[in-house]
Amino acid sequence: MTATGNQIPTPEAPLTDATGEGPLSGPALGTPSAPLEGTALGTIVVLAGGLSHEREVSLRSGRRVAQALRDRGCTVVESDVNSDLVTLLRDLDDPVVFPLVHGATGEDGSLREVLGLLGVPYVGATGADSRVAFDKSIATSVIRGIGLTTPQQVALPDEVFRELGARALMDALGERIGFPMFVKPSRSGSSLGCSKVTGREELASAMVGAYAYGDVAVVETYIDGIEVAVTVIDRGDGPRALPAVEIRPDSGDYDYSSRYTAGTTRFITPAEVPDEVAEACADMALRVHDRLHLRDISRTDIIIRDGVPYFLECNVAPGMTETSLVPLELDAAGLDLGEVCEALVRQARRRQLP
Amino acid sequence: MEPQRRDTRLDLYHDRYAARAFGMKESAVRALFAVANRPEVVSLAGGMPNIADLPLDMVANALGDMIQSSAGPKALQYGSGQGEPMLREQICEVMAEEGIRAHPDDVTVTVGSQQALDLITRIFCDPGDVILAEAPSYVGALSTFASYQARVVHVEMDEDGLVPERLREAVLTLTAAGQKVKFLYTIPNYNNPSGITMTLERRKAILEVARETGLLIVEDNPYGLLDLEGERLPAIRSMESEQVLYMGSFSKTFSPGFRVGWVLAPHAVREKLVLAQESATLSPPTFSQYAVSTYLRVHDWRHQIDVFRDMYRERRDAMLKALTEYMPAGSSWTHPRGGFFVWLTVPVGIDSQAMLPRAVTNRVAYTPGTAFYADDLGARNIRLSYCYPTPERIREGVRRLGEVLNRESQLNRTFGVHPGATHPHSVVEPTSPRPDQA
Repeated sequence: MTATGNQIPTPEAPLTDATGEGPLSGPALGTPSAPLEGTALGTIVVLAGGLSHEREVSLRSGRRVAQALRDRGCTVVESDVNSDLVTLLRDLDDPVVFPLVHGATGEDGSLREVLGLLGVPYVGATGADSRVAFDKSIATSVIRGIGLTTPQQVALPDEVFRELGARALMDALGERIGFPMFVKPSRSGSSLGCSKVTGREELASAMVGAYAYGDVAVVETYIDGIEVAVTVIDRGDGPRALPAVEIRPDSGDYDYSSRYTAGTTRFITPAEVPDEVAEACADMALRVHDRLHLRDISRTDIIIRDGVPYFLECNVAPGMTETSLVPLELDAAGLDLGEVCEALVRQARRRQLP
Repeated sequence: MEPQRRDTRLDLYHDRYAARAFGMKESAVRALFAVANRPEVVSLAGGMPNIADLPLDMVANALGDMIQSSAGPKALQYGSGQGEPMLREQICEVMAEEGIRAHPDDVTVTVGSQQALDLITRIFCDPGDVILAEAPSYVGALSTFASYQARVVHVEMDEDGLVPERLREAVLTLTAAGQKVKFLYTIPNYNNPSGITMTLERRKAILEVARETGLLIVEDNPYGLLDLEGERLPAIRSMESEQVLYMGSFSKTFSPGFRVGWVLAPHAVREKLVLAQESATLSPPTFSQYAVSTYLRVHDWRHQIDVFRDMYRERRDAMLKALTEYMPAGSSWTHPRGGFFVWLTVPVGIDSQAMLPRAVTNRVAYTPGTAFYADDLGARNIRLSYCYPTPERIREGVRRLGEVLNRESQLNRTFGVHPGATHPHSVVEPTSPRPDQA
């Protein structure tokens, strides 16, 4: 069990010298750079849990990745994010971290800043880059800045409504953004606090619902189209986009229940879209990964309307649960989750070298 | 070459589930309880009894002695589907505390009273049948009823408990409309979640309605012995034996870990309950039954209940005092005379389910009122438990909740959110009980 505390590495999982070579090294996806020869991976600390609203999802992601790494023979410690963590990281001999804490702390950069401070290498983007990517309004404006298509968006803290008068501002939002619109917390995940708003009379409740998850809410045009996600991984040979997964929730709404109740959503991989659209999505995900300086792994969520991909958001610690999208995409690409995770850890380890 | 396209629901068994399984879904509210279990969060959400005051040394020694005695091999063997005779006799002694005269033959031991609910619903309800329940009612019961596809119709309650006139109307109206009303499910003592106790007059009046209309009463009484005001009302079952099925439990008076509860039922029903029990479990856990039986035999359990009552009284008082201090204008709450729960009504316009993430961010958790209704009601209500946290933690939790409510009220004022306004995302989801929600 890992849900409640830190653990000691178990002898059942010996160190491995696996090279991480696998299907990704095939011609379709290029050849990874040379393995970290002579350098052991050491103890991999899979961080999951935390105090965010996505704690449950994070714990599931952590368990899955930890098991996949153990199956590869890696030494893995699963740990929650709590007051014992710093001691754990200091006590371990040269640990490397795979952060799978979703939501605030995990994705807003703070946890990664701490890892940097402690000199512990980790998988994924830096703290500063995570902070930019995690904030939906900032990330969207950066992405719009490089010419990619995004929904029209306004981000407002709740105080603005109090100071300037909510009625007038909501009227202005209705006129500017139009209905249906989409309201979401600026910094949250798993679609928590998100609402599709079909008319002015629903807007106030939707705003209050989004502010329950944070002080800034994003209001954007609702894009009705095909929902897809594209994962980008970089095992040291440059970022590669995996085949897009298309998401078709039975309820029509890819909300928390549709995301985490197995059976309630159809996933089609690769997405059933024309080749040029699939390429445009892959290109978008790669450009997002590049522009936001996302390292190792990222997932970009996209809506395709009339053949045009719209950027919705990107994730620096994408979900790895049994119903998450990244493992589906890896599977579609003929890749093994454990093998890829191990390669990402090796990549993190390599960065640490002088 | 065109890659092979994979179309999956990530559930190979999707096409094979029974219709009743499709209501079983993950929900954001359930997920938030994962955070509530962290020590940083004061959880006023769970209904876990505080067993810290149990003499664990005594329990350990007694169980050790029992296993090494001639009872040991029996405790580790299959048992009777109805439950062990010795325990059933002791259960009758426990029920006598609340005025019930019963014969051990009419008792069926169950895996907690939660399983009693399951067995009763299984033998009485076809899909579409109606069960009447207090408004609000226990989330775990609603979940069981839903799993058998029964329809719950709530009946109004006030500070004196279920309103007999409303009950009569409900039975007559539903029956006239061709609906099959199978039973009334009621928690007369310190109702979960409202904390309200049905007065003696109401008990008699409810029984009168039942006799008049032929309504069967299922009386759930897990908290009856945990009265905090020195006043114990007779169980409905003590006034009527043919038309009442009575459910009891050792979860709150001893330990929930053993999962031992029971049903007292008229002979014909008891026969069916035993057969249902055998098909469900062969026999309820024998070890647990011997453990409970041993505890009742060697320990002064009545005194132990007094110890629990003193402890819960202190906690209830701490909560009521803190509520007076920290709740914003426009809030009101019940004053339970026993049991574990206070039912809070929050200021107009606040949706307690939509507010829960804010509360969790502020390190306090509660159960939103919507969990206790089978319809869309309860948005303005919150169930607060005082059973598990210490008085100091209760006070701190209520203080944090006060901050959260003030902030939410301010937002609602800003946005002019009116009572009854719809939160598109806060649709009531079928809720399964978690162990800490019992």
